[in-house]
Amino acid sequence: MSCLKTRDLLHGYVDGELDLVKSLEIEEHLKECHDCAGGYQAIRTMRSAVGDTAVRFEPPPNFEGRLRSALRRESEPNARALIIRWRWIVAAVSLIVALTVTWAVAALLTRQSAHDVLAQEIVSSHVRSLMANHLTDVVSSDRHTVKPWFDGKLDFSPPVKDLSQQGFSLSGGRLDYIGNRPVAALVYQRGQHAINLFVWPSSAAPAESEKASVRQGYNLIGWTNAGMTYCAVSDLNLAELQQFAQLLQ
Amino acid sequence: MSDQSKVIRFEEIALPHLRAAYNLARWLVHNEHDAEDIVQESYLRALKHFSGYYGGDARAWLLTIVRNTCYTWLQKNRLLRQAEPIEDKLDELGTDFLDPEVLLLQHLDSQTVRNALQELPVEFREVVVLREMEALSYKEIANVVDIPIGTVMSRLKRGRERLHKLLASYMGKEASVELSENA
Repeated sequence: MSCLKTRDLLHGYVDGELDLVKSLEIEEHLKECHDCAGGYQAIRTMRSAVGDTAVRFEPPPNFEGRLRSALRRESEPNARALIIRWRWIVAAVSLIVALTVTWAVAALLTRQSAHDVLAQEIVSSHVRSLMANHLTDVVSSDRHTVKPWFDGKLDFSPPVKDLSQQGFSLSGGRLDYIGNRPVAALVYQRGQHAINLFVWPSSAAPAESEKASVRQGYNLIGWTNAGMTYCAVSDLNLAELQQFAQLLQ
Repeated sequence: MSDQSKVIRFEEIALPHLRAAYNLARWLVHNEHDAEDIVQESYLRALKHFSGYYGGDARAWLLTIVRNTCYTWLQKNRLLRQAEPIEDKLDELGTDFLDPEVLLLQHLDSQTVRNALQELPVEFREVVVLREMEALSYKEIANVVDIPIGTVMSRLKRGRERLHKLLASYMGKEASVELSENA
């Protein structure tokens, strides 16, 4: 191999990048040629000088830490977006729950007040019937007189019981208007106390508050039975009124 | 892959090559502060494109990004010397043949080597740094610098010859200083 060719390939030889045949040829040439061998030595010297660890630059000791946090920060916007998205979901769910609760409470309050209105109507009706001396339209202690009287006046036939044996004497009945509908009012007498028993068809169970309550000094007891809603109201004491209610149930 | 696990996986693959990345950047842009900025920018860029990385030579992949970021920075700061056209022909006649005596007889301290290397045009400097300091093969250098393997060899040859000349001139200066001091 010529010196010229050797000088071209010498770097590839030093770097171990030549094929075996060329490497051997150069090896042979370096044994014979002093100049080329000197060049080879010069490259090796320079290589080790440049490759010395003191020549390269090392990153500052805290650089890796800073780089790590920069990388974490870079991936953070997505994490932040995720948190924001979660916050929105939580907020939306909270709002829905709050609205549902509000609606439920409002509905409950409205329902209670509807019952309140009904109870108030019943008491008012009771009081009015006593004041205007219009307790009864049909005066009879005989349930076979009272019950047929309602025929044709109502779209239902109220059950009428005779409780005179138990001390509640039937004194008659009348038509009344409660809760936006005509109802039957049966009037019983217990000593000096008049009892108004309102009856209308309804499947709805009376609210808890309706079962037994006191309004303006009057006791009210409500119940449902066989598709009818009953509400007894009187100035009679609660125990006796409850006895009356139980006899009817 | 979640963002968290992506960063962890990226760090496992990319951080072992931080020394090489920093060294290359530092040699290409000449100052510490800019080198740090460039390495950080390169790593963020690499993380961004990490989903497109399907294994392979992570070091060459990262060094390519670092080198490209350096060149963008050099261009932006108008530090890229375009005046000197580079002849990459391998059969170009080697005019400055290496004289072993100059270097063998002198002690080469690291600062002198750094100064000489710093004076090399960037095209030669990068191949010398990648070869001598990072021990990349010609093929790897060809990938990072995006030139044919034959060009890698000719650039290394010319880079080393120039470096040798520079070192020799430093040695000559030092030698003459010593001589005049002694006189």
